[in-house]
Amino acid sequence: METRELTCIRCPIGCHITVELENGEVRSVSGNSCPRGEEYASNEVTHPMRTVTSLVRLKNGKRPVVSVKTKSDVPKEKMMDVVKALKEIELTAPVKIGDIAAENVADTGVDVIVTSNDD
Amino acid sequence: MADKKADLIIIGGGPAGLAAAASARKEGLQDILILERDTRLGGILNQCIHNGFGLHTFKEELTGPEYAARFIKQIEDEKIPYMLDTMVVDISSSEDGIKTVTAMNPDEGLFTIDARAVILAMGCRERPRGALNIPGFRPSGIYSAGTAQYYVNIEGRMPGKRVVILGSGDIGLIMARRMTYEGAKVLCVAELQPYSGGLKRNIVQCLDDFDIPLLLSHTVVDIKGKKRVEGVTIAEVDENRKPIPGTEVYYECDTLLLSCGLIPENELSGKLGVRMNPVTNGAFVNESLETSVPGVFACGNVLHVHDLVDYVSGEASLAGKNAADYIRGEQLSDGEVINIKTENGVRYSVPSVVRSGHMPDTLTVRFRVGNEYRDTNLAVYLDDEKLMKLPKRVMAPGEMEQIILVKSKVMDILSRSDRSEHEVVIRVED
Ligand SMILES: Cc1cc2nc3c(=O)[nH]c(=O)nc-3n(C[C@H](O)[C@H](O)[C@H](O)COP(=O)(O)OP(=O)(O)OC[C@H]3O[C@@H](n4cnc5c(N)ncnc54)[C@H](O)[C@@H]3O)c2cc1C
Ligand code: SF4
Repeated sequence: METRELTCIRCPIGCHITVELENGEVRSVSGNSCPRGEEYASNEVTHPMRTVTSLVRLKNGKRPVVSVKTKSDVPKEKMMDVVKALKEIELTAPVKIGDIAAENVADTGVDVIVTSNDD
Repeated sequence: MADKKADLIIIGGGPAGLAAAASARKEGLQDILILERDTRLGGILNQCIHNGFGLHTFKEELTGPEYAARFIKQIEDEKIPYMLDTMVVDISSSEDGIKTVTAMNPDEGLFTIDARAVILAMGCRERPRGALNIPGFRPSGIYSAGTAQYYVNIEGRMPGKRVVILGSGDIGLIMARRMTYEGAKVLCVAELQPYSGGLKRNIVQCLDDFDIPLLLSHTVVDIKGKKRVEGVTIAEVDENRKPIPGTEVYYECDTLLLSCGLIPENELSGKLGVRMNPVTNGAFVNESLETSVPGVFACGNVLHVHDLVDYVSGEASLAGKNAADYIRGEQLSDGEVINIKTENGVRYSVPSVVRSGHMPDTLTVRFRVGNEYRDTNLAVYLDDEKLMKLPKRVMAPGEMEQIILVKSKVMDILSRSDRSEHEVVIRVED
């Protein structure tokens, strides 16, 4: 039996989570205060995932950039590929929260959506 | 005579001001006005493009601008009036209880508004550079982390390419990741204290994920460069925070970010004569979040610095409701007055006094500890009777703690107590 101690990053409470593993498989998760923590911890010890939040350039907007995020988590090792792909993107105002900025970013199967309004 | 009038003025259109306004409207209050000095509502959330907001309010992990947008929509839907580009420069309170707010904006210049109640929701600002205790000339390339965040996330430009961060406050940690994403090399984060000033989650996802070292008990002792920063020297410090000779390491960099924490933005509250808590730099408030000036309420980061915007919104809703009650002239007797005393590691509490007559069925009391504690307990007493003892695995200054006081239990103890002055004590215990 192997034990791993983690800090849940799903929200700022940052619960201290203990995961017990046997032959690489999760046996138990404890210390989380909500179900999201369990999901986070099980993923983290097998295939860590992250949401990427960044910016893309914006034409004709009030501001030269607009914030975006991956609609769901992407594999942690793909984070920098996602960020690089976003550097190639330019949107044109008006944009609003939820607009798709990029589909299947960096072949992750995940879309990138706009997270602020600029009209 | 003032130029304008409103029942309730809310100063600041960040998450605190917005939630307070929405809640006062929900209580039926019509005549509300939000004053915001920026060109849009949303406050600091507009530049916090990372996620981790609102999980507890919306059961969804949102970015800062998305969280703000949900509250802005409520304001628009409810047609609650607000003025942008409008900076409040003074508040005063007259003997008949009328508050006069002086503000200015490009269209109207300087003007005054009379209000029956005011909610302070001005947020906080970054601690000044005092932390950088290095005499002499200051080259360019030194920014506060929040300023850098504004440059990168709002203006879309990068302050530099090779970065050292002094101070492990949350903005600094978040900026370590942001600048890495934008192609910069972040060499390290140096923290004077033996513990981090930011949230653990930000150390995990902003530093560990990118192998950026966090140097605890370290500080910058020298900056090289005449016009622009060329490098900094970092040394370890002893338990008195004095640099230890021989531990100096030189880092070549063009940018130094300072992230030394936040302090409430309270110049206005001071002028108004609100009693201030020297520990938080925010006002002393009672259970209704009312300051020492009747009819003036405070919430959000101007009251005490929060890590979790969900708590800001919750606190602000309460302030909005209480302000509406105050304006309606709700007459409640104060009942017993209970002072909240914090000791043995607990630095302050919000609120700091509870009037039993105004106490809701459950009252959340929030506070911070002054040091890192492992495997201890949080003990709460009322008039020497134990209310609770909660085991705590880790408590740290970077993370806000809370307890919930249950009115029925409090009243029960008060009815048995023969003390003339009542006191809740919150402390760390083995
Ligand atoms: C870098 C950073 C990262 C954070 N990350 C998270 C996170 O991941 N998750 C989370 O839940 N929380 C997070 N928080 C906390 C959360 O964002 C804050 O607690 C919250 O924004 C505070 O809201 P507020 O309304 O009190 O202050 P603010 O958002 O600062 O709003 C105050 C408003 O008042 C206005 N104002 C000030 N003075 C005047 C004046 N004199 N006249 C007119 N207007 C005035 C300001 O312009 C501003 O718009 C983070 C905070 C920071 C700083
Ligand atoms: S377990 Fe739930 S409450 Fe705890 S940090 Fe994770 S998301 Fe937040």
